[in-house]
Amino acid sequence: MHGGLLKKTGSLMSNLGAELPPVPAPAAAVVLNGGLDPYTGPWEFAEAAHLIRRTMFGVKKSDVELLLTMSMEDAVDYLLDVDNAPLDPPVNNYYYIDGTEEFGYDDPNVTFGDTWIHADYDEEAEGLRIESFRGWWVDQMVNQKVSIKEKMLLFWHNHFATQASEVFFGKYNYNHNRKLRENALGNFKHLTKVVTIDEMMLLYLNGFLNQAGDPDENYARELQELFTIGKDNPDHYTEDDVYQAARILTGWTIDFSTGLPGDTIFYPFLHDQQDKQFSSFYDNTVIQGSADGEAELDALLDMIFAKEEVAKFMVRKIYRWFVYYHITPTVETDIIEPLAELFRNSNYEIKPVLEKLLKSEHFFDATNKGCFIKTPIDLVVGTLRSFNLSLPGTEPFDRFYHQYLQNLMLSNMQMIPGDPPNVAGWQAFRQVPQYYRIWINSDTAKNRNQYTEGLSFGVFISPSGDVLSIDQVAFASQFSTPEDPNKLIDETVNLLLPQPISDLKKTVLKNILLSGLPNDSYWTVAWLDYINNPNDPMATEVVTIRLALMYNHILKLAEYQLA
Amino acid sequence: MKRRKFLRTAGTTAALTPFVYKGYPITPLSRNSVFSQIAASATINDRVMVFIELAGGNDGINTLIPLDQYGKLSNHRNNLLIPENNVLSLDGVDGAGLHPSMTDFQQMYNDGLVSIVQNVGYPQQDYSHFRSMDIWMTGSDSDEYLGSGWLGRTLEGAYPGFPDGYPNVDSPDPLALQIGSITPIALMGSSYPMGMSIASTEDFFDFIDDLGEPVPPGYYGEELEYIRLVMNQSEKYYDVLKEAAENSNNLSNKYPDTNLADQLRIVARMIGGGLQTPVYIVSIGGFDTHSGQVEAGNPDPLGGFHAELLQTLSEAVCAFQDDLELMGVADKVCGMTFSEFGRTIGENGSFGTDHGAAAPLMVFGKGVNPGIIGENPNIPAFIQNSQDLPMVHDFRQVYASVLQDWFGIEDWQGILNDNFDILPIFKGVTSTDEVAGGSDPFKVSNYPNPVSSTTTIAFMSPGAHVVINLLDVQGRHIVKIAEGQYPMGMHRVVFDRSSLNSGTYFYQVVLNGLLVTKKMLVL
Repeated sequence: MHGGLLKKTGSLMSNLGAELPPVPAPAAAVVLNGGLDPYTGPWEFAEAAHLIRRTMFGVKKSDVELLLTMSMEDAVDYLLDVDNAPLDPPVNNYYYIDGTEEFGYDDPNVTFGDTWIHADYDEEAEGLRIESFRGWWVDQMVNQKVSIKEKMLLFWHNHFATQASEVFFGKYNYNHNRKLRENALGNFKHLTKVVTIDEMMLLYLNGFLNQAGDPDENYARELQELFTIGKDNPDHYTEDDVYQAARILTGWTIDFSTGLPGDTIFYPFLHDQQDKQFSSFYDNTVIQGSADGEAELDALLDMIFAKEEVAKFMVRKIYRWFVYYHITPTVETDIIEPLAELFRNSNYEIKPVLEKLLKSEHFFDATNKGCFIKTPIDLVVGTLRSFNLSLPGTEPFDRFYHQYLQNLMLSNMQMIPGDPPNVAGWQAFRQVPQYYRIWINSDTAKNRNQYTEGLSFGVFISPSGDVLSIDQVAFASQFSTPEDPNKLIDETVNLLLPQPISDLKKTVLKNILLSGLPNDSYWTVAWLDYINNPNDPMATEVVTIRLALMYNHILKLAEYQLA
Repeated sequence: MKRRKFLRTAGTTAALTPFVYKGYPITPLSRNSVFSQIAASATINDRVMVFIELAGGNDGINTLIPLDQYGKLSNHRNNLLIPENNVLSLDGVDGAGLHPSMTDFQQMYNDGLVSIVQNVGYPQQDYSHFRSMDIWMTGSDSDEYLGSGWLGRTLEGAYPGFPDGYPNVDSPDPLALQIGSITPIALMGSSYPMGMSIASTEDFFDFIDDLGEPVPPGYYGEELEYIRLVMNQSEKYYDVLKEAAENSNNLSNKYPDTNLADQLRIVARMIGGGLQTPVYIVSIGGFDTHSGQVEAGNPDPLGGFHAELLQTLSEAVCAFQDDLELMGVADKVCGMTFSEFGRTIGENGSFGTDHGAAAPLMVFGKGVNPGIIGENPNIPAFIQNSQDLPMVHDFRQVYASVLQDWFGIEDWQGILNDNFDILPIFKGVTSTDEVAGGSDPFKVSNYPNPVSSTTTIAFMSPGAHVVINLLDVQGRHIVKIAEGQYPMGMHRVVFDRSSLNSGTYFYQVVLNGLLVTKKMLVL
């Protein structure tokens, strides 16, 4: 599998940031409007669409309409009320034979069409199982419910970052993802424990090699540096704290007793049973040694999570995920600190924090609308969703093919679900001073346009001929009066773009729709001709080609890269 | 007891790459693959063609006025009629002249820089702006939809694989550049637009100068400005367009302050700056003159919208040609106008005209064979409501002539999906048709041609015994189409091709011992 997706990504990654223009300093004059007080302003299309753009991928007109049947408070509650029902797992869909041409892998251990998530390690299959997993994940995002769940799952993936290309085992990737998924709106402290002894993480950060007398500090360091305490505050854990934490985690490893990688297992004989003494940062805490690895792990997490910095570190990350990257001193005192306090007082339940933030004046303030540069997943999945598209294909391999293409497009934009660049997650959420701007360079900007152009003109075609394309007339038909070019343009850009555009830009769109003719009625006549003769290919094509060109133009606007 | 990581970073047999090339699937299902295949062998020379769209449907009768039928015309156009002594005369042309506001274009004609093709249109006129534009831009029949543009197919054949791997050393420049806000259907390839479209002249200069609309204050505006800048510079032709603009300055002082002139000014600057782009499209709207074609109220046939439009066109084209000459690049550039249709013979009640079938088309540049191709339209003494002029020349004959005689593309039939008779628009070209003032006193023509089911052969009889024979390409007699005594006047004979195989034929009209031979294409 590495010949395809990953190799390509590797070369792109090495160029990351190389062509970025200088970043101007954020304007100091931006005033913080609104704090965490409940938002009481208008609750209309623009506000509901803003809430959806930030908590989901893209914005479907029907989703906005659903939320507008509720109050703002009920709408936020609705998004936070996630469904944890089990999902149909990914399947073996990675084999295709056409005459003498063979693609993928004819898996001897998993029947084609059955799930592989219980299958043992098979070197020949794992690359394709991982692609199957990625594709399945993209499909979950494209078909997300009206819910914050998928966006939170991606948040946790960015936070507890692991790389499928490193842990080359589909089953571990799937199980890791399932655990993040189940805890997406749950308790952060609990999730930290789950991840600490998760097979994927044990392999990724060498925890499985960490044993008494020969501790491996890798996970113990990232647990504190990247997952909980952070380094925002110069007063933080010491090098010795890393060593002591590593000693606590010794003994947790992977069961290889069958000769193949199995589940997580704790071996007391590999565990360092001496006492562990921490620094003054942790109030000189001593965690007593024992043969009970889980008790020591709990004590370690209790000690870490007692530090106020954990909540602040996490709330800053949440803020950068949902609001904006620039945290002014005012945002720190008026938003981050009170939310961090709430987080601690809620015993690290995630939901109260999200609820407070998403219902706040600050979240709905005009300053924060449209300033989020879409991640590649926002762009790809969001465009599909905004245009009411699902990935096509009835045959398993066609589904695999279309899912794989989406991941390939994502890799061209430097974001592959399951493969952030390293354990610190995607740079856009941590790299000072560029942050989100990392996503947009001369290479990725081109690739973003190429993707939306491909959707506008329907170039994604699977072996059986399933076409992934915007349905131009169906999309236009959902608006109030598609025969009126002015209203059609207004409603289209209100849905697809985060802020109003100038009259000049609207004129350009109308010129595309009207082929430069001065009279609106030409569009009206053409549209009504199509409505009255939907089976007439020429009546259909006259409106289809103009809509395709107009959508393509909108999707190429810089404004479309913002949410 | 240490275990090595069992993970691998290489291995597995997955072979998806045959499906995907540079991020796009390779598939035989691309929409117009037939055209791509046929056109794949086309190569294009270093010449440039500039297409000027007259959007809305130009009134050909008041553009090239058929003076030989002035009397009949005056019956149908009370308010719109251009006074005979104001019509601009053309050297060597007796029966026709230009609209009085086209003095610059008159001079270009008299300088031997203009070829005008009479009565251009397409069979079975649709009269809808959108459909007609799409037909002109795709090069389709009236009742088919091709989904790709004729220029898109041309460029796809000459530059296979686009956009993958472009720009490159051999093709560093845009394949086509469209300035103005018309819909770029003509440039659509089988999947992608083959050219670059820039919405307006302002956008062009914003683009090369890294400017954009002012952004609103605040975070949104800051991020928007950043993305615009990167996207602008990430446009793959950013560097070459900027360089061409920097390398060159417009040298003509004749450009008027009009939008069309601004568009052509940019085109000249790009050509002068060394851009190798073969196709440019510019546009001017407003030709849909249902009302106010001439000034209403106190009708002045020399004023009104149409006069302004033709003046704008004439001045801009003349300045453009002057600029090309001064830059020393005029030899490789030609231009042509096109409009989705013409207008009615008679005027309506709003000092305007309505949609009609055919109109003259103008080609200019040093490469043209100067003159007028085809006869003046026939203005009947009596007309019905909305009566218009039938097309004589299929617009795809013009396209075929551009492709073959200007761009040197031999295999253009695949691009146009059919065969068409070449017109003698460009220099050094022979053709079966004659230039105006030629030797066919009997006005023999047939319509439609090519022939799919029936065609109507028209001829002017001096009052004589007439025989019409059909011959094959070897000159063998196939069938006698008609024979009889025809009184003086125009006559029409309908011929059914159903017994014939597809191919090229000739029909001969024999009258008074004279012989006129014309080509007929049977589909």
